[in-house]
Amino acid sequence: MERDDVLYRERFRIQGNDFERGGEVATHIKGLLKQFRLPPEIIRRLSIANFEAEMNVVMYATEAELELLLFPEVIRVVVTDRGAGIADIEWAMGEGHSTATAEMRARGFGAGLGLPNIKRHTDEFSIESTVGAGTTLRYAVFTNRPQGAS
Amino acid sequence: MRLSQVVECLACEVLSGQDCLDREIDLGFAADLMSDVLAYAQHGGLLITGLTSAQSVHTAEIADMGAVVMVRGKRPAEEVVAFAQRRGLPLLLTPHSMFDACGLLFRLGLRSPLAGGKQL
Repeated sequence: MERDDVLYRERFRIQGNDFERGGEVATHIKGLLKQFRLPPEIIRRLSIANFEAEMNVVMYATEAELELLLFPEVIRVVVTDRGAGIADIEWAMGEGHSTATAEMRARGFGAGLGLPNIKRHTDEFSIESTVGAGTTLRYAVFTNRPQGAS
Repeated sequence: MRLSQVVECLACEVLSGQDCLDREIDLGFAADLMSDVLAYAQHGGLLITGLTSAQSVHTAEIADMGAVVMVRGKRPAEEVVAFAQRRGLPLLLTPHSMFDACGLLFRLGLRSPLAGGKQL
């Protein structure tokens, strides 16, 4: 039913292993959300989640599509990647748990905080993954609540 | 304190945001790990980092931080400076090490968003 009252919808492509551009999608979306005059703290929380999700794709996946959906009272994001997938989601959700390489860590990421950070800054979060196929993240930030779950 | 005091205290070269030096900065967060910054840093705070890649300025922009100081004289690539300029993000370069920069700024009155391990 939420689908019917979508205010804005856009899809963005994220390229795996493109460290030089890692963060551009999240930064672009942040500029977009400012145009919708959403509260700065809402934009900040969603942007942090988007940035971590984008860097996860850059580090671990081949490519992904990030779909942004604005509704009157909630912003939803779905990140669907094509890649290796995650064998043990419960383990991956633990802080400090990471399979990152030295290059990833040299970029300031890959410390096993990405997924926990997305969960920390959003009001709803779910993850599904199929090994050898890819991972789908869904998260949402409610725009009608001054203080979120974080 | 004003950002201009940070510039003076750390003998910074101002790479971007010369016109933003009257900005108020009271909190600082030092890390090379951007996920830590995204988890704990406060909006308007100062990011002190040795990471000179694009991810450092993206992190500061995403987390609404007030300015970035790159330590130990490690000069970022032109694209990183250009990004900061486009976004109106003050980007400073200090010859001091991370440890010394933090010590000098603490003495100047800058504080962490995490006091005694708890978020303020």
